[in-house]
Amino acid sequence: MSEGNSEARQGSMEVFLNGLVKENPTFVLALGMCPTLAVTTSAVNGLGMGLTTTAVLVLSNAIISLLRHIIPNRVRIPAFIVIVASFVTMVQLLLEGFIPSLYSALGLYIPLIVVNCIILGRAESFASKNPVIPSIFDGLGMGLGFTVALTAIGAVRELLGAGELFGIPIINNVLGMFTSVEYVPISIFVLAPGAFFVLAALTALQNRVKRKMQEKGQNADKIQSGCSSDCAGCSDSGCAHRFVDVDGAPGSVANAKANKKEG
Amino acid sequence: MLDVVKDLLVLMIGSSLVSNVVLSQFLGLCPFLGVSRKVDTAVGMGGAVIFVITIASGVAAVIYKFVLVRFDITYLQTIVFILVIAALVQFVEMFLKKYVPALYQALGVYLPLITTNCAVLGIALTNVQKSYGIGFSIASGLFTAVGFLIAIVILAGIREKMEYNDVPESFRGMPIVLITAGLMAIAFCGFSGLL
Repeated sequence: MSEGNSEARQGSMEVFLNGLVKENPTFVLALGMCPTLAVTTSAVNGLGMGLTTTAVLVLSNAIISLLRHIIPNRVRIPAFIVIVASFVTMVQLLLEGFIPSLYSALGLYIPLIVVNCIILGRAESFASKNPVIPSIFDGLGMGLGFTVALTAIGAVRELLGAGELFGIPIINNVLGMFTSVEYVPISIFVLAPGAFFVLAALTALQNRVKRKMQEKGQNADKIQSGCSSDCAGCSDSGCAHRFVDVDGAPGSVANAKANKKEG
Repeated sequence: MLDVVKDLLVLMIGSSLVSNVVLSQFLGLCPFLGVSRKVDTAVGMGGAVIFVITIASGVAAVIYKFVLVRFDITYLQTIVFILVIAALVQFVEMFLKKYVPALYQALGVYLPLITTNCAVLGIALTNVQKSYGIGFSIASGLFTAVGFLIAIVILAGIREKMEYNDVPESFRGMPIVLITAGLMAIAFCGFSGLL
């Protein structure tokens, strides 16, 4: 491999596991929080959204990696957006045709996959610098990491908010074996506020892990808390920058301005 | 005429309060959480969002009606909208810089942050889904963005007060802001009885 990138020399398996565990897009990098909150009202919806995003991510990573020497640097972001948007449209039409129940459950959030930070972020930071096979595995790892995270959050919200898991009333089934007590669902967890509370608990946990790691002297830089300062998570992986970089440096303008403003 | 006024009123309350763009639809969360530390920056961000979303939903509606429907290529709406919106934000920024420097001074720093804001695309797509005309699309964009302004200013006000509170260590920073947003979302649930 002629690429000077160290990541390119990693084995595909390593790249895959990196996305699934070490740099899990939701739990570690805190990317793509809008869909995470919106569609995780049940485990099935989380799973569906995760797999849809994975499909788009793998396909767009593959194509962007194939075209990485052809797309001129200055217009790469618009080019990436067009590629991603095309795949999102394809996936949307397929879902509408073959899984209409999922299509209506996810609704508006399917076309909004285009603006999901994970996809543009991986295009910018991995696929545009690496050969096709590692890029596909990167997309697969990141996508499945996202899927696992969404399914887990969806499961927690569904369990607390409706007492069910994948539509099966688990809590009442278990309770019914021992007592005649019925579980009263805390329905706020499937409503909008519940999403904020679950994410708050998640980021608090993240903060705690990060602090513990720092106490032990481990490097915890990778862990970012959800959209902390001006979408820091997004701009790092190349999302919140200008559409066409007038100055040639992605993100520099937006970042500089954001820093100045916050400071 | 009275019907139109009534529809507009329902649209206003519906899209700014009842189904608030951030607190019940989770669109535009990044600026909502990121730029809400002080009330004046929050007002600036809200102003920029109102400006961009109103223009973008108008332009998207015009393009949808006169290009996509006209040539029967509505399935391309996601691709066309995202490109139009991203280019539009750039254009608005350049235009303001050259011709309305005062407004640019006030909103300029926030404009690049809105480019990839999912709220802009989300509202353009919602307008199409609900088959609003051009006028109603602009109104819907305006009112939704006003809802964003209301939410971000309230959050910034609470965050300014919260600076002095003793928050548990793990909850410092983002988690407590998310809890605040969750409580605000509960409050906004109360508006659903309005319509």
